[in-house]
Amino acid sequence: MNAFLTWLTSFGSPEKFHRVALRFEPWLLGLAVATGVVGLYLGLVKGPADYLQGESARIMYIHIPAAWMSLFIYGFMAFAGFCALVWRFKVAELMAMAAAPIGAGFTAVTLITGSLWGRPTWGTYWVWDARLTSELVLLFLYFGVIGLYNAIEDPRKGARAASLLALIGLVNLPIIHFSVNWWNTLHQGNSINLFAGKSSIHPSMLWPLILMAFATKFWFGASLLARTRAALVEFESGKEWAQAVLFGPRRPQA
Amino acid sequence: MRKGSVLSAFFGVMRRDALSLWRRRADALNPIWFAAIVITLFPLALGPEAAKLARIAGGVIWVIVLLASLLSLDALFRADLEEGSLDLMLTSAQPLAVLAAAKILLHWLATGLPLVAITPIAATALGLSPKALPVLLTSLALGTPIISVIGACAAALTAGLRRAGMLLSLIVLPLVVPVLIFGAGAVEASLTGTSTTQPMLLLAAGLVASIALGPLVCAAALRLGNH
Repeated sequence: MNAFLTWLTSFGSPEKFHRVALRFEPWLLGLAVATGVVGLYLGLVKGPADYLQGESARIMYIHIPAAWMSLFIYGFMAFAGFCALVWRFKVAELMAMAAAPIGAGFTAVTLITGSLWGRPTWGTYWVWDARLTSELVLLFLYFGVIGLYNAIEDPRKGARAASLLALIGLVNLPIIHFSVNWWNTLHQGNSINLFAGKSSIHPSMLWPLILMAFATKFWFGASLLARTRAALVEFESGKEWAQAVLFGPRRPQA
Repeated sequence: MRKGSVLSAFFGVMRRDALSLWRRRADALNPIWFAAIVITLFPLALGPEAAKLARIAGGVIWVIVLLASLLSLDALFRADLEEGSLDLMLTSAQPLAVLAAAKILLHWLATGLPLVAITPIAATALGLSPKALPVLLTSLALGTPIISVIGACAAALTAGLRRAGMLLSLIVLPLVVPVLIFGAGAVEASLTGTSTTQPMLLLAAGLVASIALGPLVCAAALRLGNH
């Protein structure tokens, strides 16, 4: 356990993190592209159209993985924020803050693809459905974290404050979800139940979905590492290692 | 109550805040004026039709109370930070959470409670059914302290910022969505004749949880800004 912790905390060194991240990034990106291309091909081209919703249901291969990521990244951000608050890792602070815009992006993709799908299927771009509303509130939670981080001048203070906010949001998230569900059943009797019809999904639709779920995870990993790396170099731009990263190893003065 | 005890610190902070509030009592009334004006705007925008106004009165009052409570949050820790008494609180021998709790309680007494107090007038003006009024008042009495607690945590996080107002709303509003839903939902339930027990109990549970945890989170947020 102790050895593991020591190993883990060694990534707290910005220089080591930068080196390791640089090595992993192309792999993650490559895996994301590979699984994404195969998943999209199987889903959009090869797979069957939905017998009820026709071709428009194919948007789910983007919509559903993005929706999973929107929650996954929030959890990750709060976890990284927790590490930042408890152990004061600079890398964890930057990771939490690097995750926020990616999560907000996935949340926005979820909302946009959902409303594009809703137009032909429900006949409207937006309904005040419980899922849609919670997703929208989640987007605002992300905006709050990003806004707070950007508003505070000292980036370390800002990251810690935003991390605490992310944790408060994480505690609140299930309550928001529950309350929105409760509100929905109170206000409209016939809510559209998205998933009632496909409790058992055909393998030809499941596989692309699983592939896309992996693709989005890999993409998140690559994007997170790249953003954290860039933030580290910017933050430590005065340090020797960052100078070496930016301008190459310093030549001995002639 | 011994001098230097936790309780004396709690009441000391409350008395000090109450005194400074009294010295600027015109400012203290701002949330009330804000609520009164916004309530006037609704009939002007939607038309004076009584049935329509009565239908939406509960939700409208809840939203207005929520927004009015936000107005005074901005200044909750700002003055203390600028004149340095926040530093004294941070270095005080008394637990910071207790001092934060005192500030939150006074914020509620100065903002939440008066808003609840003027609610009967607002509800009558909008024509809310009299049988829903007790439900509205109870839900507000349970919900406004939660808004003060969550708002205080956000105010602590944004205390050092120059223009925190908009950011504060961006942070607070998503977090208080459940309070609004259960509060306005209770009023709605009483209008449609269904039981209000569930939303009321949920609000009460939220109140208990936020009283227990809120001051601790608020203290942690205040410490973060002062490393």
